[in-house]
Amino acid sequence: MSVGEPLLQVRGLTKHFPVRGGIFLRTVGQVHAVDDVSFDLDVGETLGLVGESGCGKSTVGKALLRLYEPTSGTVLFEGRDVVAMNRAELRRLRRDIQIVLQDPFESLNARHTVGKILEEPFVIHRLGTPAERRRWAAELLERVGLPAVAANRFPHEFSGGQRQRIGIARAIALRPKLIVCDEAVSALDVSIQSQILNLLLDLQREMNLALIFIAHDLAVVKHVSDRIAVMYLGEVVETATADDIYAAPRHPYTQALISAIPVPDPTAQSDRVVLVGDVPSPIDPPRGCRFHTRCRYARDDCGHIKPALESVHDGASVACHYWESVSEAERLGGVGT
Amino acid sequence: MPLLSVCDLSAAFDTEDGEVTVVDRVSFEIDPGETLGLVGESGCGKSVTALSIMGLLPKPAGRVVGGTVGFRDESLNDLPAERLRAFRGNRIAMIFQEPMTALNPVQRVGRQLAEAYALHAPSAGAAAVRSRVLELLEQVGIPAPDRRMAEYPHQLSGGMRQRVMIAMALASRPDLLIADEPTTALDVTIQAQILELLRDLQTETGMAILFITHDLGVIAELCSRVVVMYAGRIAEQATARALFAAPRHPYTKGLLASIPRLEGEPKTVLTTIPGTVPGVGELPAGCRFANRCPHGVDVCRERAPPLEGVAVGHDVACHRWRVVEAA
Repeated sequence: MSVGEPLLQVRGLTKHFPVRGGIFLRTVGQVHAVDDVSFDLDVGETLGLVGESGCGKSTVGKALLRLYEPTSGTVLFEGRDVVAMNRAELRRLRRDIQIVLQDPFESLNARHTVGKILEEPFVIHRLGTPAERRRWAAELLERVGLPAVAANRFPHEFSGGQRQRIGIARAIALRPKLIVCDEAVSALDVSIQSQILNLLLDLQREMNLALIFIAHDLAVVKHVSDRIAVMYLGEVVETATADDIYAAPRHPYTQALISAIPVPDPTAQSDRVVLVGDVPSPIDPPRGCRFHTRCRYARDDCGHIKPALESVHDGASVACHYWESVSEAERLGGVGT
Repeated sequence: MPLLSVCDLSAAFDTEDGEVTVVDRVSFEIDPGETLGLVGESGCGKSVTALSIMGLLPKPAGRVVGGTVGFRDESLNDLPAERLRAFRGNRIAMIFQEPMTALNPVQRVGRQLAEAYALHAPSAGAAAVRSRVLELLEQVGIPAPDRRMAEYPHQLSGGMRQRVMIAMALASRPDLLIADEPTTALDVTIQAQILELLRDLQTETGMAILFITHDLGVIAELCSRVVVMYAGRIAEQATARALFAAPRHPYTKGLLASIPRLEGEPKTVLTTIPGTVPGVGELPAGCRFANRCPHGVDVCRERAPPLEGVAVGHDVACHRWRVVEAA
């Protein structure tokens, strides 16, 4: 990797899942889970991926680690193409890229002690002596704020927040350069969520970690991210810095998403844009702009011509034919219909 | 006269370690047409409170062990099972987080709604039932209701299913709707639709709503008064405006400060509440929040604080609220 090159370069990442039907289970269609997603991520940077159920954000995270085989596209990690890697190269890659999932209970072996769970990454990668591994596991527990005695207990003896600490301890064991956090705090109560978010921010500073933070809660994503990519029906519709996305959202979907978030302040003026209808099926997504069926600014050509993700400034980009007039209308208080 | 008055309600469950009280002397009132929010984190007893009011605690493990529930001038405690059933789903209706668990998966939506309505109006003829079902589906904003009637629950999206549940709850024109986390499983843009629907229906029908949630944002948006629960007890109750502008209980303060705000500065340290909620088997004596509280002193660990009035309509259960206030 040369100096100044991003840690991760994703270009045209696409993942379609076949839909099978009929008695011979022939492929009758494709779920367009992720379509043509591109982004860069720098060392130590956090990119937030936000969107509603089925927008493809988790599929992007998993495709980056080849937990799903991408249908097409390239994923360059430190200049090497992850999509072309063989098994040995992939194993090596997983020292550098780790993932933390929503419910660590599902990814922690229930019959292993926490100590054994934390030593496992070192065993797999043939690092250290048994005594060293035990010491490293104890250090990891301390680092994520759990007592050393936790090593002798089993995952079910811990609360949700503590289990997420264990999941994070395992993820940082091999000192990765990138962690994908897939709804890592979504199942936690708010008082515990803030503890885990602080821990992630601490670890990031300390280890110069890059994070891809995937969540449906825009306020949480904004809190931990440097930049944010908003996804809708498998596509990125807007990217911007965390501050900009809230202060000056350009895409009508981003605007509606922000406006739908309940604000914990009863005196807040709510001039809410309530989106009509549901998200269309990703099996047969709308032609043209995929958001046009629910967009209050949509015009005729939105249903025919797909808008490209267009750079606007400072690394921000938006996929909307009319983003300039939309931003203007939003500034003046909506379309007034 | 309040529509619903809950007084010193306690509920307990049998566990391996014996009987455990999960709701401890909870009292509140709801006026006709009012929306009261019941907020707290997992395991605080908010859902058990609702189920106790409805007489729906899972038997035989759970039971109401104390207190009274009054509806207008009737006491629900003393009602024979049959009369209580008539109250439920008639004067009081309830909706849940996951409509799929409440809807019959092998019965068409229209038929399920017709059944709910027929219970309320047994003398109605087939044509009257059908037109009322159509009217209900329209009222909850389901497009093409005559087509939707013929569909099964799995053919509907999560938001549409919740609308069907709300239509079913409305069938009997209830005076009180208990909504237990009805938008928690929904995407935020769909949640906005459902909250708007509930607000509109309330204006239209004048029903009261008891809205149970962990989301303080939703509370602020929908509720006029709020009850905050922690580990089975009420920590604080106030009007929504007072609660958000000047929370008095250290737990409420901590909870509000822990929420990442959209308008906040990215990548800054969030306020946290240290530790975790005590499990039902390990509830501390005295104030149950004492071991996590920045203001906890000896008395907090020894005696449970009573709910004390700090302003008109604003009660807080904290020995140290005056100190907290000054800090």
